[in-house]
Amino acid sequence: MKEKYDATVTVVCMGPPQADVALREALAMGCDEAILLSSREFGGSDTWATAKIIATALDEIGYDLVITGRQAIDGDTAQVGPQIAETLGIPQVSYAEEIYEIEDGNVIVKRQYEDRYHVLEVKMPCLLTALTELAEPRYMHAGGIVDAYNKEIKVITYENLKDKLNIEDIGLKGSPTNVYKSFTKEAKGAGTLLTDLSPDEAVSAIMEKLEERHII
Amino acid sequence: MSKDIYVVAEQRDGHVVKVAFELLGEATKLAKDLDQKVVGILIGDDIKDKAQSLIDAGADEVVVVEDPMLHEYVTEPYAKALTQVIKECDPEILLFGATAIGRDLAPRVASRIHTGLTADCTKLDIDVWKANEEDPGKKLLFMTRPAFGGNIMATILCKTHRPQMATVRPGVMKRLAPDHSRTGEIREIKVDFKPEDMNIVVRQVVKETHKKVDITEAKRLVSGGRGIGSPEFYATLQELADEISGEISSSRANVDAGWIERDRQVGQTGKTVRPELYMACGISGAIQHVAGMEGSDYVIAINKNDTAAVFDVADLGVVGDVKVIVPKLLDAVRKYKADNEKANA
Repeated sequence: MKEKYDATVTVVCMGPPQADVALREALAMGCDEAILLSSREFGGSDTWATAKIIATALDEIGYDLVITGRQAIDGDTAQVGPQIAETLGIPQVSYAEEIYEIEDGNVIVKRQYEDRYHVLEVKMPCLLTALTELAEPRYMHAGGIVDAYNKEIKVITYENLKDKLNIEDIGLKGSPTNVYKSFTKEAKGAGTLLTDLSPDEAVSAIMEKLEERHII
Repeated sequence: MSKDIYVVAEQRDGHVVKVAFELLGEATKLAKDLDQKVVGILIGDDIKDKAQSLIDAGADEVVVVEDPMLHEYVTEPYAKALTQVIKECDPEILLFGATAIGRDLAPRVASRIHTGLTADCTKLDIDVWKANEEDPGKKLLFMTRPAFGGNIMATILCKTHRPQMATVRPGVMKRLAPDHSRTGEIREIKVDFKPEDMNIVVRQVVKETHKKVDITEAKRLVSGGRGIGSPEFYATLQELADEISGEISSSRANVDAGWIERDRQVGQTGKTVRPELYMACGISGAIQHVAGMEGSDYVIAINKNDTAAVFDVADLGVVGDVKVIVPKLLDAVRKYKADNEKANA
């Protein structure tokens, strides 16, 4: 899109200082600018508070189109994208599978559901959450990698945003949800092995488990 | 004061989706622990006639929002409708199915209302929040969900903001048998829609009967190995997979033999899958294959050879011929579903 529409691509990440590795990778793949949102005050934020922080920073940075992943690989919530859009007051299209084009300030996008898809026309500024199918990552070239390490990664902290961001709205304190406890999944007991069953008996044994586990 | 458990009953083309009934069944259980009511929420165009089916499934009352603007799902009109329902009704708890619609609508509305939302829950309980100093008897919704790809479970609380909101994974909660003798109030809420609420143009709606698959996304997998004997047997496995809303996958040997496409291969050189059900049919269970499926929630293995390694990772292992057992199993599943439909009709 950057090449087609002469755009600037800025990659924004909220995380600890070591998240700069991912940002440099993005620069090496062709992004123009990288910004890391990092501050002790941001720690412990749930999706509501995270969205608040990112939205406040985006307001500062400026944008026409915001693209987020569908969900992160740790929390798997898929909530931060839509919540950024709501906090910014812009339309969202989640589960975007393909961006067809941009015409007259509208993004034409394919939005996937379980049993159908919609082709949607949405006015910018707007936010999309992307399925993996949306695009293939580009390869990093040697030159790009060298450039990526020469470029500066801009860091935005709470101090930079504090005029617009209430400390009561972020971190553990500003998060409506809290983790009460976390635990590893209980280990599976040894399985059952059924030998010497007639085919019909075998089918009954399987049916019983399918029913018990709400598969059918 | 906030009260009652509300369930957003998702509908498509005027049909209420299955997870809505599962949520009503679960809400009935939770409501008993809280001594409160279960309320269904129906949002759509010309949808009021479905309200009774929610009452049959456990709702004490149903709130309906109808408007032509709600014909196809678009985030903003639905978010506006639901926000108004929340403001007028002040629910204690609000549940959604963790579907492509539920996971779009719920976060948007949670942000607008400024409350907490827990994604993709697999377990819900009402319990006393003992650490609460002001009101030691205060009951909260304990929301448990997998994180880090299912390796860790976390229980989440939303202590002070209301409603306590959660999306719940389809297929986890149990629906109640419909009780057609139940009655309940059906209440309409009028929402004042403005043309600008439709801030997205739906150019095209394309229904897909069979879309291309990513086996890592499938919740149920029926997987075939050498023991299925011929590529044609995948058709039978596919029929079984269709009946249980799953997909077919494969061991490496069959992919190399050209029996099935490579993107369905499970294992070290294929894909890593973590479905809720993995049915290994005629798969010996080489270590490279097991590496790609051992994270599955439940494994059923059928194999002729009683020393097959796959039985070491199977929750249920059946020694027998897949070519005999699977067709019989397919018949049994179809019969079970037909009987169930009759009973629910």
